[in-house]
Amino acid sequence: MDHPFAITLDLGTSLVNHTGSWRTLRPEYVTRLPPCNDACPAGEDIQGWLAFAEAGDYEAAWRKLVENNPLPAVMGRVCYHPCENACNRKALDTAVGINSVERFLGDLAIEKGWRFDPPAAASGKRVLVVGAGPSGLSAAYHLARLGHRVTIREAGPMAGGMMRFGIPKYRLPREALDAEIQRIRDLGVEIVLNAKVERLADAMAEGGFDAAFLAVGAHLARRAYIPAGEAARVLDAVQVLRSMEGEEKPLLGRRVIVYGGGNTALDVARTARRLGAEDAVIVYRRTRERMPAHDFEVEEAIEEGVMMKWLSTIRSVEPGAVTVEKMRLDETGFPQPTGEVETLEADTVVLALGQDVDLSLLDGVPGLEVRDGVVQVGPDMMTGAPGVFAGGDMVPSERTVTVAVGHGKKAARRIDAWLRGESAPPARRHDIATADTLNTWYYGEAPKTLRPVLAMAARTSTFEEVVKGLDATNALYEARRCLSCGNCFECDNCYGVCPDNAVVKLGPGKGFAFNYDFCKGCGMCAAECPCGAIAMAPEEI
Amino acid sequence: MDEQHVATAPAEAVQKLRYYQKGTFTVGNRLVAEEERTVQASTHRSNALTCGHRACQGCGEALGARYAVDAAMRATGNNLIAVNATGCLEVFTTPYPETSWQLPWLHSLFGNAAAVATGVAAAMRVKGKPHVRVLAQGGDGGTTDIGFQCLSGMFERNDDVLYVCYDNEGYMNTGVQRSSATPPAARTATTPALGPEPGNVFGTGKSVPKIAVAHGIPYVATATVADLHDLERKVTKAMSIRGARYIQIDVPCPLGWGAPSQDTILLARLAVECGLYPIFEAEHGVVTHVRKIRRVTPVREYLKRQRRFAHLFRDGRDDPRLARLQAQCDANIREYGLVGPAGEDE
Ligand SMILES: Cc1cc2nc3c(=O)[nH]c(=O)nc-3n(C[C@H](O)[C@H](O)[C@H](O)COP(=O)(O)OP(=O)(O)OC[C@H]3O[C@@H](n4cnc5c(N)ncnc54)[C@H](O)[C@@H]3O)c2cc1C
Ligand SMILES: Cc1ncc(C[n+]2csc(CCOP(=O)(O)OP(=O)(O)O)c2C)c(N)n1
Ligand code: SF4
Ligand code: SF4
Ligand SMILES: [Mg+2]
Repeated sequence: MDHPFAITLDLGTSLVNHTGSWRTLRPEYVTRLPPCNDACPAGEDIQGWLAFAEAGDYEAAWRKLVENNPLPAVMGRVCYHPCENACNRKALDTAVGINSVERFLGDLAIEKGWRFDPPAAASGKRVLVVGAGPSGLSAAYHLARLGHRVTIREAGPMAGGMMRFGIPKYRLPREALDAEIQRIRDLGVEIVLNAKVERLADAMAEGGFDAAFLAVGAHLARRAYIPAGEAARVLDAVQVLRSMEGEEKPLLGRRVIVYGGGNTALDVARTARRLGAEDAVIVYRRTRERMPAHDFEVEEAIEEGVMMKWLSTIRSVEPGAVTVEKMRLDETGFPQPTGEVETLEADTVVLALGQDVDLSLLDGVPGLEVRDGVVQVGPDMMTGAPGVFAGGDMVPSERTVTVAVGHGKKAARRIDAWLRGESAPPARRHDIATADTLNTWYYGEAPKTLRPVLAMAARTSTFEEVVKGLDATNALYEARRCLSCGNCFECDNCYGVCPDNAVVKLGPGKGFAFNYDFCKGCGMCAAECPCGAIAMAPEEI
Repeated sequence: MDEQHVATAPAEAVQKLRYYQKGTFTVGNRLVAEEERTVQASTHRSNALTCGHRACQGCGEALGARYAVDAAMRATGNNLIAVNATGCLEVFTTPYPETSWQLPWLHSLFGNAAAVATGVAAAMRVKGKPHVRVLAQGGDGGTTDIGFQCLSGMFERNDDVLYVCYDNEGYMNTGVQRSSATPPAARTATTPALGPEPGNVFGTGKSVPKIAVAHGIPYVATATVADLHDLERKVTKAMSIRGARYIQIDVPCPLGWGAPSQDTILLARLAVECGLYPIFEAEHGVVTHVRKIRRVTPVREYLKRQRRFAHLFRDGRDDPRLARLQAQCDANIREYGLVGPAGEDE
């Protein structure tokens, strides 16, 4: 007996007491899909790349980004960023400036000369891509990274599609576009210019291709019947914007009327202002709320002095003038004529009424289904013709660069599976990390950083880029505003708040584990996890 | 603060934030230097109160005790002895001969922890080990009621002890009886929700932190399990001071308060945000720091989540005494200046 006075038993430890047996609910680490990622038409892992950016590792961030989208410098300028509309941070202050950080990474990659990781082992397969717009470029990039030999045939004299022949320079400087296209070429993608595909079947046979991805866009300007006199100058928007790329700038005159309400109409009107037009007037049948153009674009155009005539149609065009009729919306929201007319002076009328797809190259391709002027594809982006896939503006979808890039990626992955004779099972999607899964108490207040904007004088006389980028310090700030929705960011909350020390910290980058011998299932870890990365599941008792 | 980034951040953001990276208020933060993270974020924390203890699921007291003792051990290089009053913390950690404590630990009686701690501190001095420090701890019953005389004596003599009171607002270990720290209107076993004014009586009870301040001792603070950074800072500061020190920590009790176990931290947070539990610091009789409310919240948001206050919302109607509780919060907000821009170190 070597116990001290009044002590009769050896000291024991509570570790023998496995309190985990009390548990009725069991915490589990989960991953939820951040709403930004879910909303990105190109399927970017936004939260994933922001996590690298916020640690200051921009190259890793860029590499993570380009796993899904090879054009960050372009995206960071022209994407309408549906990710930001979905961002959970909106409930706290303002959405994370995802698009500005993306542009920062894209520009930095160009500045630093970062190149794509080399392709996987060659598959020996050859794929033809028709059209070097965003969809074709994206598909070619992903196919090349998967080890396939890709040739893009492009009808035009330069690659880029509508990114070059539609979107004006003041929104997308060509240096950024050129650099990102060149990087895709450097991966081994062959782009043959001035090489329009007239008949797909012939092109496939000639080149011995195993599969094809079509992304010819929508380039046929839609016309409306407008009585016009002999001398009236009526142009179409695509033609005007396209000629901006050439030596001869289009002559539009001092007073330009643009007919239409989409982004193209705005781009033409803003271009006209920059070419010296004193009046650039947009005539649109419906109201501003119903305009397909985005709000910020309308804002920017109005700031630059573009004038708007809502609820108006063009009745006729005479030399030097147009006759415009006022409209009113009926109960169904459809514009109806009122008979009230006015005359506007005009040197040029530009029609921006949308574009149709030129489907002539598809003549003789069996099994193809065309409805409403666009090619029908399955969920795997394959047309009715086996081995022929399609995406971008020529298939039913929202017509944006980002959707086009997303189609390119998806098609590339399915083409890869198809060439390997596999039917890729649809990827399992995680539950969405909705705002109610977060505990936002833990995030500090931090409003969004705004991108600097070019001074007004320069905006109406030059084609210099209007919206500027972030610098390294405010890009870091912006990246750090991300809440990491649904993805553990190793904040140590669960490790800290467990009253039973039942959370094991595994070390940097390794996350945490539960020690179920002692976890009583109180649920505090799940309640206090800021980003919703812990779920409580009923225990089998 | 990270100077380089401050230079270009928007002006308002610089004012409000210490680190404007996500997770500013979390236990850890992989973006800040190791030494700026909390003790609890470290895999080297002592886990003074280790697994296998028998506290209820979600016990705020178990959590608060590990937070406080781990921080005190870090601050003293593990040269720490704990003295514990009777109560849940003693019972659930140490059913003899088993214990969860990972430091020298003594239990004597319900009401004498402060006096025993005084004795341990004296012994260390006599043995020539003044670097070995003493932490006394107990529940609100053991502190504000039965242990109060010993506590006041320890304060008055300025003995070199940090006394930590884990305030769960009642005698929980013996079945949730009222203490002098039980809030008005709360139902306990001895203040049942019966009669015209159910629950604890208004106008009773006392504030021991204020009484401690009145003793003029070197350091007094209130804290909460909902703000770990603040709690650890206060314990660390207390251990840098010699003489009598008192820290009272709000530790929600799911069982006694009638709340889901996962809400413990939420309740502690709401108690602060509504103004019912003012978080402050005082040195030598003077209040020196107040933790500002971040998102002002009506007291009903705090009360309605607890069954001990359910009678205030009976039949879908608000009891008129809710207004009295709100007035108490408003008075605290005025008295301590709980609303307004945070100070430099916030
Ligand atoms: C003025 C304007 C502004 C826009 N602004 C934006 C914007 O800011 N943001 C946004 O997201 N979207 C914008 N868009 C839409 C976006 O540009 C398109 O949705 C996108 O470019 C479609 O990509 P795509 O690859 O399908 O086709 P395209 O970009 O049209 O590319 C198709 C390519 O295929 C080539 N081609 C066609 N036929 C053949 C053939 N038979 N053989 C070989 N090559 C052929 C064409 O020459 C072209 O290069 C804008 C569009 C316009 C017109
Ligand atoms: C002198 C004495 N009276 C009564 C008791 C019974 N007793 C043990 S714990 C306790 C209540 C403890 O309440 P508190 O100090 O608030 O601690 P809690 O359990 O709430 O953490 C009581 C009354 C006792 N142990 N000794
Ligand atoms: S906070 Fe971050 S992860 Fe969440 S939606 Fe916004 S950008 Fe995505
Ligand atoms: S009764 Fe309350 S204080 Fe006691 S162990 Fe349970 S939760 Fe903790
Ligand atoms: Mg108590």
